[in-house]
Amino acid sequence: MILLRIFLFALLPLQALAAIDVYQFDSPQQEDRFHRLTEELRCPKCQNQSIADSDADLARDMRDRVHGMIVEGKSDDEIVGYFVSRYGDFVSYRPPVNARTSVLWLIPLLMLLGGGVLIVRLLRKASAQADQQDSNDDGEHNRGESP
Amino acid sequence: MMKANSPWVFLPLAGFVLLALVLGSGLGRDPQELPSALVGKPVPAFTLPSLLTEENFTEQSMTGRWQLLNVWATWCPTCHVEHPYLLTLAAQGVPITGINYKDELPAAREYLANMGNPFTHVIVDEDGQLGLDLGVYGAPETFLISPKGEIVLRHAGELNERVWREKFLPLLPSRTSDVGKEDGA
Repeated sequence: MILLRIFLFALLPLQALAAIDVYQFDSPQQEDRFHRLTEELRCPKCQNQSIADSDADLARDMRDRVHGMIVEGKSDDEIVGYFVSRYGDFVSYRPPVNARTSVLWLIPLLMLLGGGVLIVRLLRKASAQADQQDSNDDGEHNRGESP
Repeated sequence: MMKANSPWVFLPLAGFVLLALVLGSGLGRDPQELPSALVGKPVPAFTLPSLLTEENFTEQSMTGRWQLLNVWATWCPTCHVEHPYLLTLAAQGVPITGINYKDELPAAREYLANMGNPFTHVIVDEDGQLGLDLGVYGAPETFLISPKGEIVLRHAGELNERVWREKFLPLLPSRTSDVGKEDGA
């Protein structure tokens, strides 16, 4: 009984291994591109995972397609373009700047700009007040020094 | 301190309102409903076998008339829910091409034999490659195809009476009886 358990336990890592897809690449560069692209593409089914992270069936199909396109010699732009033309900008974790996504890019910039202006104005006021305070202090000090 | 009448004091408020509007507009949306990137484009090229006959189908089979392209599978619970409505549409004369998506073929044949077959023909997409080309991310999905073979509408999720009335009918030729006829006939 114990032997059987040990045996089954020893088999566990094999089972885990079987779940990992194995892809063949012509060069290490292709493999790097594969990892980068699958991190950059979002799984449309699970929505908040890249296709590299997701166990979804669709994510595996997409990984297969990315692998196939890399081996065929397609460029990164062609591969991302293929998915974007089917699943929309949504599928890319790096959405392009266009009319629909402009607000995403503009709001942080505007807030940063607005916040910056606000801070500069506050600092100016504060230093102006401090200057005034200083000159008042000096005045009082002078008065104390030479009555 | 800033003077109360300085316009800059309203900046954080304006920022908040703007952000609230942008984020608020997304609240009512279904996060599963992705924008249809394929609308206006032709059905992608394919050559795939039929589920029920010995024929092969290509994208050419999608031209010549208004029709629906329905992606379904026996493993998809919503497809079971949707099936009776597809039968209703088929009975009204709406041509529906089925794409059996990543399914077990004997199970798919048995399903149609038991539940009834609303499809004019069924294309087998066993490895999901046509699904990928169509931007399918689950089943069921239904596409409205023009006689030119262009995708006019894509609906992800169950097709039912309400969806048919609200999304499909407005895009079809004026009378439902025209559906299935040759374009301009």
